[in-house]
Amino acid sequence: MQDRYSRQTLFTPIGVQGQEKLKEKHVLLIGAGALGTGNAEQLARAGVGKLSVADRDYVEYSNLQRQQLFSEQDAYERVPKAIAAKNRLQEVNSLVDVRAYVQDVQAEEFEQLIVGVDLIIDATDNFETRLILNDIAQKYNVPWIYGGCVGSYGLSYTIIPGVTPCLNCLLETVPLGGATCDTEGIIGPAVQMVVAHQSAEALKILVEDVEALHGKLISFDMWKNQYTGIKVSNVRKDACPSCGKERQYPFLAPGNQTKTAVLCGRDTVQIRPPHKMERDLDQLRERLHEGEVEQNPFLLAYTLGTQRLVFFKDGRVLIHGTKDVTEARRLYYKIVG
Amino acid sequence: MTLHVNGEMSAYPEEVATISDLLQYHELNGQMVIVEYNQTIVDRTAYATTRLCSGDQLELVHFVGGG
Ligand SMILES: [Zn+2]
Repeated sequence: MQDRYSRQTLFTPIGVQGQEKLKEKHVLLIGAGALGTGNAEQLARAGVGKLSVADRDYVEYSNLQRQQLFSEQDAYERVPKAIAAKNRLQEVNSLVDVRAYVQDVQAEEFEQLIVGVDLIIDATDNFETRLILNDIAQKYNVPWIYGGCVGSYGLSYTIIPGVTPCLNCLLETVPLGGATCDTEGIIGPAVQMVVAHQSAEALKILVEDVEALHGKLISFDMWKNQYTGIKVSNVRKDACPSCGKERQYPFLAPGNQTKTAVLCGRDTVQIRPPHKMERDLDQLRERLHEGEVEQNPFLLAYTLGTQRLVFFKDGRVLIHGTKDVTEARRLYYKIVG
Repeated sequence: MTLHVNGEMSAYPEEVATISDLLQYHELNGQMVIVEYNQTIVDRTAYATTRLCSGDQLELVHFVGGG
């Protein structure tokens, strides 16, 4: 165990001093899918002191092609991704303090998770969450690293509050639709390229070598063999509602919380209860007479005909087999009442 | 017309005259795109009016949500 970091401390820009800094740092990963598991493994192996991993979903067989911390057993047991990730990370490096959060992270959850965090890694699959993340990062002055990928394409950008433009400056509006893993698929190498950029930038921030940061919006296509970097520093907007002089953090406003969402890459709708609750899964099980019920310590999966509903302890429900929010709500109320 | 797009030099058909046309050609119209045109970021409102010339250098980066 003595020399587990020797190859990293031999690397001059990190060194023994950098290694000590890594041990003192706390990174929050939002999402434990492809980008989340890739980054988490890199940072755990590198010896970051504390990792918080938050995810709202559970492991499925279609994840195994690219989500590197998960096994067939995790998919078979439908283990929540945050839990499965934590289990594997602790095997990889028992010195790291790993915290798992099985939850849908919106403004309220962010306010709790952000405490003491030095860096946020974006590994979400949607822009609603990213814009909440962006506002939280600005509000608490925490750097974060955007990553996105689909097909063979990926991109990344490092956002430092007070220095670089924020995501809201870059986007101007919330992107709707567009290509998702749902429709175009995704290959492992595109994921790994984004992970490599995000985790390299993370190490630079964590060892406090800000001079080494990339500074560009980078994108690449692993199949078309293209690589692009654009300098976007002058896109920073004084009037930006998230990072400008008269900022209001619009995405943290209570009215902006979504109660239902269609999950990327899945024929699935998530319903979030309007108030915080803990669902008693055993009690729920007693009410389900027809159909098939499977349960693990974290969730209950209920199959009735072609429909499947997965109930989490935090009150959320995933409704599979539909992208129609109205249809999903109808089913939900039919069962929950 | 010959353009350098994302580091590659290619010939484009005549109907590609503006940045908007180029985005359409690459099926990026309607997506969240950042365009660098000869080393300068172009405002979205100017895509339709920025006329391209042979030899221009463009970098197109579009945002995607997957992760
Ligand atoms: Zn901004």
